[in-house]
Amino acid sequence: MKTFSQGIHPPYSKKETEDKPIVEASVPSRVIIPLHQHTGASCDPLVKVGDEVYEGQLIGNSDKFISASVHASISGKVTKINTYPHPCGVDVLSVVIERQTVQCLRSNASFGPSKEPFSRTRSHRGEEQRSARGVANVKSFSEVAPEEIRKIVREAGIVGLGGAAFPTAVKLSPPKDKKIDTIIINGCECEPYITADHRIMLESGKDIILGAKLAAKAVGATRIIIGVEDNKRDAIKKLKLEIRTQPEEGMYDGLEVVVLETKYPQGAEKMLIKALINREVPSRGLPLDVGIVVLNVGTCVAIAQAFKFGTPLIKRIVTVTGPGIAEPKNLCVRIGTSFSDVIAQCGGMIDAATRIIMGGPMMGVSQSLLDVPVVKATSAILVLGKNDKLVDDSFPCIKCARCIEHCPMYLMPTRLAALSENSKFMEFDRLNGADCIECGACAYVCPSRIPIVQWIKLAKFKVRQIK
Amino acid sequence: MNIILISILTMGGLGLFFAAILAIAFEKLKVEENPMVEKVLNALPGLNCGACGYTGCHDFAEKIVAQGSLDNLRCPPGGSAVVEDLSEILGISADEPIKRRAVVKCGGSTSLARDRAEYAGIQTCVAAELVGGGPKACTYGCLGFGDCAKACPFDALYIGKDGLAHVVFEKCTACGLCVTACPRKIIELIPCSNQIIVNCSSTDRCSLVREVCKVGCIGCKICERTAPGVYVVEDTLARVVFEKGDAAAEPAIVKCPTKCIVKL
Repeated sequence: MKTFSQGIHPPYSKKETEDKPIVEASVPSRVIIPLHQHTGASCDPLVKVGDEVYEGQLIGNSDKFISASVHASISGKVTKINTYPHPCGVDVLSVVIERQTVQCLRSNASFGPSKEPFSRTRSHRGEEQRSARGVANVKSFSEVAPEEIRKIVREAGIVGLGGAAFPTAVKLSPPKDKKIDTIIINGCECEPYITADHRIMLESGKDIILGAKLAAKAVGATRIIIGVEDNKRDAIKKLKLEIRTQPEEGMYDGLEVVVLETKYPQGAEKMLIKALINREVPSRGLPLDVGIVVLNVGTCVAIAQAFKFGTPLIKRIVTVTGPGIAEPKNLCVRIGTSFSDVIAQCGGMIDAATRIIMGGPMMGVSQSLLDVPVVKATSAILVLGKNDKLVDDSFPCIKCARCIEHCPMYLMPTRLAALSENSKFMEFDRLNGADCIECGACAYVCPSRIPIVQWIKLAKFKVRQIK
Repeated sequence: MNIILISILTMGGLGLFFAAILAIAFEKLKVEENPMVEKVLNALPGLNCGACGYTGCHDFAEKIVAQGSLDNLRCPPGGSAVVEDLSEILGISADEPIKRRAVVKCGGSTSLARDRAEYAGIQTCVAAELVGGGPKACTYGCLGFGDCAKACPFDALYIGKDGLAHVVFEKCTACGLCVTACPRKIIELIPCSNQIIVNCSSTDRCSLVREVCKVGCIGCKICERTAPGVYVVEDTLARVVFEKGDAAAEPAIVKCPTKCIVKL
């Protein structure tokens, strides 16, 4: 079975939610939509307070290349545009929309005929308008040109749904001198607790494959590899079946599912590339330097839906789980729904709940407020109980080198942390601290419980500041 | 007796021999240095704090001599005494700089300002600030992990029991290292002649400030009306115009509804 060297095996704790089908969350009465939900430049608001917006309407956009547009996730009235807390901890300019019935502003006729029956995400809500862009003529796969795919992805505001939220349109527009030959679809989901991607693979296999093909067409890649960890056997089986029964149109010879060993951080793109096709992304480089684009399965589904129905990215699958949640679930949540709303739909928190994390326990972000909205990067809301001790007193480094043995990037975490502690930031940079993917494997194995990743993050910030 | 004599002669002889080599080397391998640099160096405080922007006092002295004037060069710890000495050495006249000192513009002690989260990571302000803006509910207030105190070469800052950074004015030389060390940029160098400051840095709007801190500036502009021209409110944050002096600023202290105007 393919994998990368080093890495760790944390307890996966996915049993709670992996068998639970994705449920549509109820439409919230109020959403807070941050205008910065992605890596890159913030969007400028395109609406004013008092404006009526319909679901899927473009409300924020930016001229910058590395950015992704933002859409209204419910129909209603814009009541406030102000800075609001973002799950990443900072306050971000956000648009608040109160739900109300809005007259159809654009005719439904702008929808193209879709070749497939309406999917789950198009459940009818009479008065509400479903599409933002109004794709005048949805083309079939063979007709659509690469530029059109990029345009669709850009306009739908699609970002990487694995957690980093890098604008997908940018990934699909590689510089001319970089030839992309392979698209890797990331179905590893190596973070403990999260099962959103697992459920997507089981329930939207067709869309994953369509999205992957569209991405491949956009960059001119000839090979598509879907990497799935072997703890998701049912998903592997399902995807293999989908590939066998895929429509003739746009057939790809190089479309395959590859089983990977269950190991953390198997889903980190550099590890995935190494495991699947044994290419190493150069230091400080990007996957496109070795001719590869990596997309998450959720991103593929978003691309496919944008292509088929013109649906912008206004919903995402969120796993709500952890020992502190009464009824763990996989929910399809509208962007901008508050965490407290989402948690309430999962039976609320039990008394022993201690800590709320956006994302998984390894790379997630601790939350101090429950009013923060679900953003495009929210793959999970994890609530830990009182037995999950995350922070411990740390002791001096005993030079056991366990972190070095487990670092998937072959760095020296202990040295980097020590350099950061002593403010030797240039030396830190010389030892390629910038290559750290912040997976947390080092801090996980450290017997002295040194917050290595935090030290490294601190130094990375300082190095950026100095440069 | 003989042994002692031999030892004295050998050691003494060796000593003389090496002394001779050193004496010759001193003459032959001498590096000519501008005598002015040495004079300037002697006049500088010799703290090597780096506040001037150069690596140590020697570097700074070389720069002064090369430039021949004190334009754009500043030795904050030295103050006016050093400027006087230096202008004498260089034979120029320089304006006396205003003596300054650092103040931390936050009064939100642990009892007055609310925390929004528990923080258990690395105990430095920069690290805490990077984790979602730190544990303090106010995103402008002093975090109290003491990055400024660690940066201060003169031990002029300390973290009090109230969880805030305080300046010992007698020790402060206004070198400005704390100003750069503070991730929230709430330390300011103010003229020593001024005693009254607005002890808050929050530019948040009134309701938000009130929610998180009892002594935050809410931008009500009462100070601006009480002492026109002495206070300026920008971005819902009042600021003292230091040139106007303390006497003019005094009346606003009692008028301030949140008591964020204080006398140091």
